[in-house]
Amino acid sequence: MGSRSVGAVGSVFASLILLLIGVLAFSIRLFSVIKYESVIHEFDPYFNFRVTQYLSKHGIYEFWNWFDDRTWYPLGRVIGGTVYPGLTLTAGFMWWLVNSLNIPLSVETVCVFTAPIFSANASWATFLLTREVKGTGAGLAAATLLAMVPSYMSRSVAGSYDNEAVAIFALIFTFYLYIKTLNTGSLFYAILNAFAYFYMVCSWGGYTFIINLIPMHVLLCIVTGRYSARLYIAYAPLIILGTILAALVPVVGFNAVMTSEHFASFLVLVLIHVVAVAYHVKRLLSPQMYKMAVMFVGMVGMAGAITLGVILVTLVAASPTKGWSGRSLSLLDPTYASKYIPIIASVSEHQPPTWPSYFMDINVLAFLVPAGIIACFCPLSDSSSFVVLYLVTAAYFSGVMVRLMLVLAPAACILSGIALSEVFSTFTRSLKYQAPLTVESQGSQDMDPSKMNNLSVNSKLGEHSALGEHSSDKPEKNELKEKSSKRSRKKEKDKEVLLKASESDKKKRLLGLPFEASAVGIVLLVILGSLYVVHCVWAAAEAYSAPSIVLTSHTPGGLHVFDDFREAYAWLRHNTEENDKVASWWDYGYQTTAMANRTVIVDNNTWNNTHIATVGTAMSSPEKQAWEIFQSLDVKYVFVIFGGLVGYPSDDINKFLWMVRIGGGVFPHIKEPDYLRDGTYRIDAQATPTMLNCLMYKLSYYRFAEASMDGKGYDRVRRTEIGRKNFKLTHFEEVFTTHHWMVRIYKLKPPRNRLRGRAKKKAKLDVKSSKLTSSKLLPRKNPF
Amino acid sequence: MAMAGRAIQVSSIIVILLGIASGSLSLPPDRSLHPRILVLVDDLTVKSSHSLFFASLADRGYRLEFKLTSDPSLALTSYGEYLFDGLILFAPAAEHFGGSVDIASILDFVDSGRDLILAADVGMSETLRTIANECGVEFDEDSNAVVIDHLNFAESETDTEHSLIAADTFVASSAILGEKGAEAPVLFQGIAHSVAPANDLVIKVLSASASAYSANPEVQLNGPPSLSGTSISLVSVLQARNNARVLISGSLSLFSNKFFVFPFKKFGSSTSFQRSGNQMFAEEISKWVFHERGHLKAVNVHHHKVGNLEEPSMYRITDHIEYSVEIYEWTGKTWKPYVADDVQVQFYMMSPYILKTLNHNGQGLYTTSFQVPDVYGVFQFKLDYNRLGYTTLAISKQIPVRPFRHNEYERFIPAAYPYYSSSFSMMFGFFLFGVVFLYHK
Repeated sequence: MGSRSVGAVGSVFASLILLLIGVLAFSIRLFSVIKYESVIHEFDPYFNFRVTQYLSKHGIYEFWNWFDDRTWYPLGRVIGGTVYPGLTLTAGFMWWLVNSLNIPLSVETVCVFTAPIFSANASWATFLLTREVKGTGAGLAAATLLAMVPSYMSRSVAGSYDNEAVAIFALIFTFYLYIKTLNTGSLFYAILNAFAYFYMVCSWGGYTFIINLIPMHVLLCIVTGRYSARLYIAYAPLIILGTILAALVPVVGFNAVMTSEHFASFLVLVLIHVVAVAYHVKRLLSPQMYKMAVMFVGMVGMAGAITLGVILVTLVAASPTKGWSGRSLSLLDPTYASKYIPIIASVSEHQPPTWPSYFMDINVLAFLVPAGIIACFCPLSDSSSFVVLYLVTAAYFSGVMVRLMLVLAPAACILSGIALSEVFSTFTRSLKYQAPLTVESQGSQDMDPSKMNNLSVNSKLGEHSALGEHSSDKPEKNELKEKSSKRSRKKEKDKEVLLKASESDKKKRLLGLPFEASAVGIVLLVILGSLYVVHCVWAAAEAYSAPSIVLTSHTPGGLHVFDDFREAYAWLRHNTEENDKVASWWDYGYQTTAMANRTVIVDNNTWNNTHIATVGTAMSSPEKQAWEIFQSLDVKYVFVIFGGLVGYPSDDINKFLWMVRIGGGVFPHIKEPDYLRDGTYRIDAQATPTMLNCLMYKLSYYRFAEASMDGKGYDRVRRTEIGRKNFKLTHFEEVFTTHHWMVRIYKLKPPRNRLRGRAKKKAKLDVKSSKLTSSKLLPRKNPF
Repeated sequence: MAMAGRAIQVSSIIVILLGIASGSLSLPPDRSLHPRILVLVDDLTVKSSHSLFFASLADRGYRLEFKLTSDPSLALTSYGEYLFDGLILFAPAAEHFGGSVDIASILDFVDSGRDLILAADVGMSETLRTIANECGVEFDEDSNAVVIDHLNFAESETDTEHSLIAADTFVASSAILGEKGAEAPVLFQGIAHSVAPANDLVIKVLSASASAYSANPEVQLNGPPSLSGTSISLVSVLQARNNARVLISGSLSLFSNKFFVFPFKKFGSSTSFQRSGNQMFAEEISKWVFHERGHLKAVNVHHHKVGNLEEPSMYRITDHIEYSVEIYEWTGKTWKPYVADDVQVQFYMMSPYILKTLNHNGQGLYTTSFQVPDVYGVFQFKLDYNRLGYTTLAISKQIPVRPFRHNEYERFIPAAYPYYSSSFSMMFGFFLFGVVFLYHK
């Protein structure tokens, strides 16, 4: 009776803690709204916001069939078929729900707060997943860590309305259901798992991680001889149903069966069936018969497999990219993108991370993870091996692309949660059994008051220690019978506890640490935990809450706000014709369509390399050629981002080499060395004439020297005086420059009404000189 | 006041009625029916010595106003409004203009879409040279050089230098020179000019023959002449991008009464002409310059799906569509339907996907129909009509073309029937297997 009531109290307590974790996850992400305003952040979120607006206005069928003629002019973009609709549909559904409850929230508000809501969900999913692996205590610890891990926070602060915000929840939840199915062998969870996978496919291109990680894990289980019917139940329905469901998402479609990213899952599906048949046959036949059968089948099967393999390899090798997409290939071969696809390499979040970024993004978790791995190995179960595998692959991927740190973060949180919970349970156990008051003959009943005591310590650590005890007896039960259903296991567990209580007590006493060491250890862990919390709050408040469309700087005079982007977009919206085309580098495409509502040539959905290269070529060409290129695209306005006046470093001049590279990749007359003086990129007097004549330089520095105070034109980003001053534009005219000169908008001049004859002076000089020479050298008479 | 207001009302009603009566040609005129022309001369004798030319203009309804270039009250604009529709500059030696007129204001006059006739002559001023140069015409550097042709000159007692050219190399354009063209050679006496071959806005209307050259007869020629042969243009016209028209002639006397009625015999030719072609040439080309001919206008661009007259905001790939446009030509008084068999429309996205010649009904209505290509994107109906002597028609209308909607594809494809049957047989087989497996034993 006693143990049951404590269980109830514990579960109520755990639910309360979970609720608080949810509140924490939500509220720690609100710094951006408090410090700035409730506004959509960065680039991609603007597109998602625009799509959600369209969805809420026109309904789901129009959204599905949406052909957007305001972007990628003149090609257009089939938004419905090229977008992962999960995020949009989720936010659209929430908006619809809230509005049908007569709570009149705007679409923008819903979009801004989608990410914090889903990070609360993600924490809960982490709890579920970790509980399946190592018990409630580890689950709570992992959920707490995930609620505020900076890496995840960087993508899910309020206003960061991007796919990842929803996708991380979907990812963890899919993994949870996989582990759940693996532990229970229930077909119900397997079907749920397929639906969770479907949601993930809807949400993010990162679903390929799931469809490769789970087969890897299944393969690992088979190879290590852990095949079971539960594994089959967990895997086969997921692949079959999941693939069918994934093919329903327009953006995936036949990719779900045609590309190499999905190949591993099918191979493992074949393998698991072979293994299942083998196990089945083994049960039917006598050992000798079985051996013979294996020999026979092995011979025939090997021959068949080799032929099949050869056919497959030739088929795959026939395609230039081996059936992989560029982004996946750059994951497998980290140098691939920088060699062949500058457009992928040019994105900063596709660069490999630096070591400090690990510390910045997962902080103390980096130190706890190894301990978590060790904890997972004693004892190793199917679920714990999955978590370890997840961590290892995610760690590799995060090393290739800084963006995938996001996938590593949940794995790191889960393992750190496990580690923390194990360590706390060891320490608290030591405290308990080494305490002088401990009586040797303590039975199982006595354990419960001790739990009670620990639980009543209302701190985070208390939770871990208390629930750590729960987890401490879970491995035993896992060892005993994994097949048995939940209910019977609970009954058995009680018996086991009674039977083994005295034995385990002795074991625990032997494992215990000295009292002082445990006390110090706990204190140190508390300090470590507080350091993490302090770092996370700092990251949330300072590092990751800036919306990047509004910039601030702290000066002695106080806070200074740079709102140039919105100023420029508002100017475009109010002062240009509705069908005017605006050209800029692709980074600003989404914002231009969303905020200025004008047609753009290229945007952040970089699907057409040639089109981007055309704009890159125009930016790197001299004025006249650039004018011709833009004219052929019906462009009316061109804008550049210029940070030289206020020292904004991510401006177009700093991105310019990528424009040259991407442009030169398609149009070979643009050569990168022409823009570099002895291999260094410079814009001062030493710069090459090509550089000083290109459109990007001219549009950035037009009137810069004249308008600067000393007339010299000192660029505060490049920290140098510019190389060419006082030039005129012949084919472009400046129409608007924002307050801090960060956005400069130019208009293409129409072609000249008349064409002038040859310049007079020149002609005169030529004639004179020719007259002189001819009269001197060849004194001839009138030839006629 | 009330009376006047009513009068205006009545007259406007009459105008509207007239407009309705004239049917499809009720387009408002682009240009004044009685254009005002300012004639700038540096000597008022030009008015009488060129009276035949001016009379022909006046007969056609032009209101001419003669002013001396030195007139201090000279002005082209008044409070931002142009006072004239055309300008005739018969003052080759004018260095300065009176009043507010200068080179820039004359060029602005042209850039506002108004027309200019400029006649130079031997001893022309730098001012005129600059204006001509701005219009893409380069006169001989030496202001005293004349065009000399020892083979194609008109025999005359006074002309000993063979500078009275009888030119008959006309541009082949009935739009510029009229249906009949010039029946006799045009007499020309004056300075040569050339046109840059790359300049596609300027047309050489009257060129010199291969044996002509430009030289100052007073000075001995030391080298080859700066201009010679067919590169010499005697009369050129410019049609600016805004359709302003400019006529530049190297000879003022080309327009004179004396040359109009000059009986002559061309050197080496047996036929003698009673009259030169000058009068006809001057009249016809003045008609062109003042937009009585070759001035086109495209209106009522319309496109729709076959069977649905409403103009959609977007087409779908493989739609069948119809396109129509009306093209009219200005005659100086009314719009008349323009008839040509070579008007084409492009369905254009970065390059023309479809190029169709439009059919016409003889009443100015041009139509065609075609199928939208199987490519989606933002297309344009592009009508680019550039013909010698006609105004440039460049109209484009943007129209997006979308792909199929999700429910516009075929529901069942015959080629896929094996797959349908295999999946249904699979389902049925599995059901049977399930029944047998569960309940048989």
